Amino acid sequence: MIQEAYFLLSKYIWQIVDGLVIVAIFPLLAGYVVLLERKVMADMQARLGPMRVGPHGLLQPLADAVKLMIKEDIIPESADRAIFWLAPVLSVFAGMLSFAAIPVGPGFLIADMNIGLLFIFAVSSMGIFGIVLGGWASNSHYSLMGALRSSAQLVSYEVAVGMAMVSGLLLAGTLSMKDIVEYQAHSGFWLVFVAPVGFVIYLIGSVAETNRAPFDLPEAESELVAGYMTEYSGFRWALYFLAEYSNMVVVGSVATTLFLGGWLRPFAGTHAMDFLDFAPPLVMLGVTGYCVYRIPKQTGWDQKFIMAIFAGICFVVTVPLAVVLAPGLAAWKAGVHGAFWFIAKVMGYVYVFLWARFTFPRYRFDQLMQVGWHYLIPLSIVNVMGVATAVVLHREAGWNPVVSIGVTLVVTMLAALWLVRAGERREQTALKSAA
Amino acid sequence: MTNEILFYFFAGLAVLGGVLVVTMRNAVHSAVFLITTLLATAGLYLTLNAEFLFVVQIILYVGGIMVLFVFVIMLVNLDVALHQVQFNRQTWVAGLLSFALLAELLAAVALARSYGEENWLFAAPHVPTVTAEGNTEQIGRLLFQNYVIPFEIASILLLVALVGAVVMGKKRI
Repeated sequence: MIQEAYFLLSKYIWQIVDGLVIVAIFPLLAGYVVLLERKVMADMQARLGPMRVGPHGLLQPLADAVKLMIKEDIIPESADRAIFWLAPVLSVFAGMLSFAAIPVGPGFLIADMNIGLLFIFAVSSMGIFGIVLGGWASNSHYSLMGALRSSAQLVSYEVAVGMAMVSGLLLAGTLSMKDIVEYQAHSGFWLVFVAPVGFVIYLIGSVAETNRAPFDLPEAESELVAGYMTEYSGFRWALYFLAEYSNMVVVGSVATTLFLGGWLRPFAGTHAMDFLDFAPPLVMLGVTGYCVYRIPKQTGWDQKFIMAIFAGICFVVTVPLAVVLAPGLAAWKAGVHGAFWFIAKVMGYVYVFLWARFTFPRYRFDQLMQVGWHYLIPLSIVNVMGVATAVVLHREAGWNPVVSIGVTLVVTMLAALWLVRAGERREQTALKSAA
Repeated sequence: MTNEILFYFFAGLAVLGGVLVVTMRNAVHSAVFLITTLLATAGLYLTLNAEFLFVVQIILYVGGIMVLFVFVIMLVNLDVALHQVQFNRQTWVAGLLSFALLAELLAAVALARSYGEENWLFAAPHVPTVTAEGNTEQIGRLLFQNYVIPFEIASILLLVALVGAVVMGKKRI
């Protein structure tokens, strides 16, 4: 038995190490996504954002983390203690477990499961319980309302998101995350160009699934104080926050893998575009140069020193990106550059989330449900039928792929137009009958 | 060996969760243990190399049905339910019946063991080997080719039940 345990340990040692690295690094990364969010928000509102802790607020995440950890941890007297304790842990567990199936680069993945996408879908659907049970256990009306809203919202949007995933899966013909990317490398097209409607539905649905504005009804500050996490404080509250940001990164990773070509660089199959291989080191070198340029402008030697450290970190990242360009290191290049492109795409997706948050006002709850049930779900079903038809026309009837996809896309768009018209008509009759 | 350890772990968890579901007084606690039981069952599917069933069990039962369960439980006034007298006055009858069922099952297992491998009905269960074609594709082929008519009839039945529920629940459509 000990021998078998040893055998298993030696077989899966890298998976264990990868998992530990993710658990150790991710909270820090989430902290920096929060900083990014605050900076982007400040930029869009013509402010500076966090500027005090470290140069340009670069150490703000560390300060926030320390503050949250030493804050008083309050459990309401009439709360259900066990479930109050369990709920945030469940949320974080669901958020982090999904990373097991996400391929960051050709060699950078913990487990290549042949049901990878469904596994992520299943695990993230378990995250609902963190919110629902936490809201119930707090024994407060605001929390309960937030939890009820959240469960209704997530169950409704899960259908549309699942259908959007199916439209991509029909084309790739596999559930393994790695094979989906390899299919896109092989066919030469990112699936977003083949199934654009599915991508848009996934984008809208994933905003709702992660409870982000404009669909952040479960934690609507103007109505529910903070929704399901009203009674939470200190470290438990931080766990909920961590879960929210890890969910954002997970949906971004799924969208990147399924629709945006995963770790592939743009125009991966075209040799005329090979100069794009120089982009990753040049981008990082540019960031390093900017950090160095900002060093003299910082006030005080400590700020200058921290800025120099950040410039050094950027340079340390630049070196491997440049070194793997050398001939004979093609396998390493695929891995390292793959990770760069993957993270860049995920960050782009997260940026769209932030952009939407600061652009659109919050929906009313009945409007949210209407968007889900009256528009997204019917459209996603039509889209799945359309993509399936296109696949059959191409593979069985031998149509030109561009023609078959174009025809079904036009039909899907007509259906979408009809849905919008029908919705407008319904609203007008409702207004008339109300008057 | 590893498979056996995993089997006993998940099976024990499922039984423990099941017992706690019926003994907890608080409905939300029962729901949490029901989730545990369902997850343990999903784990059992995984030890049988049925990865598609594992995922579908979690998506449907844990992510779908249990969320609705918890949703409904939260809408019910629990304080009233806690002070009501529970329907557990027939403990002895229930215990006796449970032991009868247990004895029956044990007898069936013992009988199956004594018949040996050659009889297909009582053949000792074995883990199916992993094939090149995944579990998902096999189930899809079975559902949509061999058993397409029963599958469609079952979906129509579910649709009828849904429509019926809406008609009964809503006064004016």
